[in-house]
Amino acid sequence: MSNYLGNYSLYIALIASVYLIFKSYLDANSENKYLDKNIILITSIQTIMITVSFFSLVAAFVISDFSNETVFNNSHTLKPLFYKVSGTWGNHEGSLLLWLLVLSIFLFIFLLNSRSQDTKYKLLTILFQQIIISGFLVFILLTSNPFKTLYPIPSEGLGLNPILQDPALAIHPPILYLGYVGTSIIFSASLASMISGNIGDKWARHIKKWVLVSWVFLTIGILLGSIWAYYELGWGGFWFWDPVENVSLMPWFCLTALLHTVIVLQKRNSFKEWTIILSITTFSLSMSGTFLVRSGILNSIHTFANDPSRGLFILSFLFILILMSILIFFFNQNKISNAAKENFILSKETAILVNNWFMMFFLSVVLVGTIYPIFLEVLNGSKISVGPPFYHNLLIPFLIPFLIFMSFGPSLKWIKDKLKKFNYNILIIFFVSILISYVILTKTENSFLLSVPLIVLSIYLLLVTIKDFFVSRSSISQKISHFGFSLLITSILLNGLFSNEFNSNMKVGDERIFNEKVVKLKEVNVTDVDNYKSLKASFEVTNKNSSFALYPEVRIYQQPLTITSEADIKTTLFSDNFLVFNILKDDGYYNVRYQYKPLMIWIWISTIFIGFGGLLSVIRKNEQKY
Amino acid sequence: MSKNIKFLGLLLTLIIIFIILLKGLNVSKDYSNEKLKSQIDFSLNAKKLFSDEIINISDLFDKNSPSVVNIWASWCAPCREEHQFLMKLKDMNINIIGINYKDSPKNAKNFLSSLGNPYSEVITDNDGTKSIEFGAIGVPETFIISGKTNEIIKKYIGPLTNENLIEIKNLLKKNA
Repeated sequence: MSNYLGNYSLYIALIASVYLIFKSYLDANSENKYLDKNIILITSIQTIMITVSFFSLVAAFVISDFSNETVFNNSHTLKPLFYKVSGTWGNHEGSLLLWLLVLSIFLFIFLLNSRSQDTKYKLLTILFQQIIISGFLVFILLTSNPFKTLYPIPSEGLGLNPILQDPALAIHPPILYLGYVGTSIIFSASLASMISGNIGDKWARHIKKWVLVSWVFLTIGILLGSIWAYYELGWGGFWFWDPVENVSLMPWFCLTALLHTVIVLQKRNSFKEWTIILSITTFSLSMSGTFLVRSGILNSIHTFANDPSRGLFILSFLFILILMSILIFFFNQNKISNAAKENFILSKETAILVNNWFMMFFLSVVLVGTIYPIFLEVLNGSKISVGPPFYHNLLIPFLIPFLIFMSFGPSLKWIKDKLKKFNYNILIIFFVSILISYVILTKTENSFLLSVPLIVLSIYLLLVTIKDFFVSRSSISQKISHFGFSLLITSILLNGLFSNEFNSNMKVGDERIFNEKVVKLKEVNVTDVDNYKSLKASFEVTNKNSSFALYPEVRIYQQPLTITSEADIKTTLFSDNFLVFNILKDDGYYNVRYQYKPLMIWIWISTIFIGFGGLLSVIRKNEQKY
Repeated sequence: MSKNIKFLGLLLTLIIIFIILLKGLNVSKDYSNEKLKSQIDFSLNAKKLFSDEIINISDLFDKNSPSVVNIWASWCAPCREEHQFLMKLKDMNINIIGINYKDSPKNAKNFLSSLGNPYSEVITDNDGTKSIEFGAIGVPETFIISGKTNEIIKKYIGPLTNENLIEIKNLLKKNA
């Protein structure tokens, strides 16, 4: 039943999409002053139909309707309800349906939110957004229909990958998709404004909200993915430069650049073309992300789907969209009025431009690292391996100038700033940060020459961003985000510098001494839980004057047979103590990995700060003043 | 530069990228293709992990039967997960040659002494070049290589699973 409902709602949504494409195209060419009521009606119907379709898939998962192939492949009656629901988007078909749902809901919100905008501009935005929606609809119906039925009906499903049974991962895709799909609105809107010729400060104010919303969701989505990798995969790291992670990072760099550029457009009415190019690029990167992840062209532990025909479709669709946007860009370029404006070296505009250069550099490094192996393999059959060292070697040295620019860029004035007289405050802060860094660096043995300026500058930037809360004139949301960013960089650097670990085989009763701590394995309990067998170990870690317990777990799932290690992590404000164990075959020994990771929690907290700053900017109305 | 030339240049670049990615789609399909025709250069020299002795790679392979090659590292978490399956392969009396990828010998030896050593021989690959020679793009990867023709019969990217074990066993039987 829900299969038919879900399936036919999608067809109705496709018909609505086709109607809207023609209708908005025709209306955009006529000189109508108002938006046709039918357009709003049909858009509402379409949104409702896609919502119905999505929830009928959710329902099929909840009641474990195994006549549905997607449910059969990805669910199991023994799974907890929460993971049955999240299983809806934990697979290829369902995740695309979610993409589609967010696409249509965003368009609907856009329509409600842009009453004051020009009608032609609105119609064109609908047109481009509907082209994207119809593309996804056709893609889903042709290659990845989530409502395929099975007969005879199987009595039990194949289960969800237990690695995906994690709360952070359950909400990670929807949040990330909100970010990705938000960029589609920016894309459609910038193409529409290109044609209708309304790029300017008013449009910038209007689109800035969408840029901020997408950026906040993307930031939080990346954070959740990273938290999932840290807690669930039990690798003891938070970023692995895995292609699938990179694919979410690339639009983030681009969107961050756009976020800053849009402010220039709003205040100074310049950087028009650059704003449009960034909008198009951001969305293209989000779409390429979908292509790279869903086609199986990348080989990554994250890629769950693998079907070249899907890849071909997304690839063609992606290139049609890019081609369309390039055509529109080139043939409407003359509509952009660029009143010649003098640009001075020492101004906020230049600072933002510098920010953009750095973002583009970071983006290019990640882009090359992610797709160059594919290119090279096609071109001459050779295979190269790109791993963390590549990214670290290319990105980290460039953090030094980046941190320097970021420390003074935001405090520059618009248009033209003067070189101030020597600022003693800055000098004091700089010496304080050298002092702090000296104290920190004497505590570590591994001191490469590169880490000295990095630590000094990151602490310097941190102090400057704290100082800015009291003296700078810029907006509070910007202060929070910049403070969050400097905190993030500082935490990551210190975390990398001071992390250490040991790896050993232990049996019950054994003790190991590590960095003045005693780690003792007290016992291992075996129990049967819902859909897995659990081995829970009890460790005691004794410090000089305190002790705490850690309970890592090994889970043995039956459907499909998978063994996962659940790390136990003792988190304090200063450090994480990370313990994970594995079963060894013989004589009651367990392989134990203990890691000490300082400031781990600050990596999450600082990212929340970054996102919160953006959120605040969306909510606050008087933000426009700055 | 005139607008048209810019436009055509961009268009051309796009078309080239499109074609490359399109080809890439088909290439990646070949990874799981059993007919993949790619030969290993057996003239390479490599250092053994345990004895520091330098040997020719060809000495490791049995000329008459296929071998399993596994690329791993102690820092690689999926390798840790995969390890239990390699031990199972060893229990089935299957000969596995390990390539230790960009690792410190100390950590690598620790890893094997704590989790068990499934390999008949481990060679070190400090700079990652040997793994590239095998066409690896990351760790872990597992290859089945024919001893007669030096061809890669099958390549697994990422950690092995239970289902792979049966497949490997059958492939070895078929190509023996």
